[in-house]
Amino acid sequence: MQFNFLKRFVPILGPIFLYLIWATAVSAKWVSATLLPAPSTTVMYMFHVFASGSIFPDLWATVARTFYAFLGASVIGVPLGVMLGSSPPIYKSVEFLIDFFRSTPSSALIPLFMLIFGITDINKIAIAGFAAVLVIIFNSAYGVMNAKKTRVMAAQTMGVSRFHIFKDVLLMESLPQTFIGLRTGISLALVIVIVAEMFIGSESGLGHRIIDAQQVFNIKDMYSSILVTGALGYLLNLMFMLLERRLIHWGGKG
Amino acid sequence: MNIPTSKNPKRAQVTIQNLCKEFGGIPLYKDFNLDIKAGKIVSIFGPNGCGKSTLINMVAGLMPIDSGQVLFDGKTLTQTKIGYVFQNYRDALFPWMSAWDNIAYPLKRMGMDKGQLQQRVNELIELFEIKFNLKQYPYELSGGQQQTVCIMRALASEPEVLFLDEPFSALDFEMTLFIREKLQEANLKTGVTMVIVSHDLEDAVFLADQILLLTRRPTQIAALMNFDMARPRPAEAVSDPEFISIKSQALQIFQREMNRIS
Repeated sequence: MQFNFLKRFVPILGPIFLYLIWATAVSAKWVSATLLPAPSTTVMYMFHVFASGSIFPDLWATVARTFYAFLGASVIGVPLGVMLGSSPPIYKSVEFLIDFFRSTPSSALIPLFMLIFGITDINKIAIAGFAAVLVIIFNSAYGVMNAKKTRVMAAQTMGVSRFHIFKDVLLMESLPQTFIGLRTGISLALVIVIVAEMFIGSESGLGHRIIDAQQVFNIKDMYSSILVTGALGYLLNLMFMLLERRLIHWGGKG
Repeated sequence: MNIPTSKNPKRAQVTIQNLCKEFGGIPLYKDFNLDIKAGKIVSIFGPNGCGKSTLINMVAGLMPIDSGQVLFDGKTLTQTKIGYVFQNYRDALFPWMSAWDNIAYPLKRMGMDKGQLQQRVNELIELFEIKFNLKQYPYELSGGQQQTVCIMRALASEPEVLFLDEPFSALDFEMTLFIREKLQEANLKTGVTMVIVSHDLEDAVFLADQILLLTRRPTQIAALMNFDMARPRPAEAVSDPEFISIKSQALQIFQREMNRIS
């Protein structure tokens, strides 16, 4: 009983520790209160922006952009990845391109996308989608390429058609890896949306709110918006992990 | 030559003619010929690297052959229903389906309707006296249970020939005894021809009507021994003088082949 309680307690030790350091740093005046408000003040302010509803337009704007970028990236990335993965020679021919752009920080492409799309919402969604689509393609392709050969052979000996081997075996085999791609993809999309909201003339979004608060020195709002952004990223990841555990029940066990 | 038993579609005679296979320019099989009689259980035993598994993989169409032909009662592979049981059951089952759905999968893809399909799976459950819950996923089952499910899945479509590639090598002794017994029963009930690759001489002899002993590469037939001990053979058959005598004969031939080269 006591052991169980301790076990549950352990994961929140880190956050409590951070809170205490933060509180001490402010009350002991290690850091000027104008640069870092007390954690209690920040958290209270965060409750306030939720209670008054002033955060919601920005929060929804960011969520919507991230979601559209992710949706577009998945609709293109998963089928394309699976197709490339089922034909290793074709994948090899584009592997360098995928790896190159996957390794390029997508934020470096923001000016390029501004030239193409102008300062619009589409631009933010497009660049975030571009960042996400590459990891999604990469992971789906590898999921198919790393499919267990024995399972494919088992289906062959049953006389199953090539189409059904693809649909029933290869596609299912690729799912655990595809989900890793989707989860990474949505996190990346959020990162790029936040950056784009900061630097591509934006009227809304958490990124816009953070940089605005910094410009007018509304320090409490800046910190609380950063916390909200962090919580959003965390929740998106958590949501996918839970979905993954439900849908891909065999992941890591098959 | 046996007369093809066309009256019973569940058993086929396997004819391998002039089979050739090279690996990197080194011949593994050269003009290899073999007849496997319909309804019989044939065990393949031979030195390491002689290509036991390669042989059944070529016959089952999982590996291309360089030349020669393989016929099942005169038919080609695509006209023949086969079953295949892999050594690594964990990699062979579909983990996203329950054990039950794994067994039913080949039937579903054959276009069998739901009622028939259920009946066929129930027949197999009865034959194998399944006591565990088939609604579980493969990764929730023990190794022996998983291999049992693999064998049921391979038998589901009532194949004419069942290939088994070292089916016991990852099982504990208790499970080996159980599966030996079940394979015998399946053969007696359905008459399916079985080709078993084994690296364990006792397993090879226990199930066999014929024991095919292979030489080192380029692989030839060292001997094709008949073993007519009455069926069903109980687990104690391994200490029967008849069993011991055929096993020691096989061992002698095996050792003779080993010494021939080295």
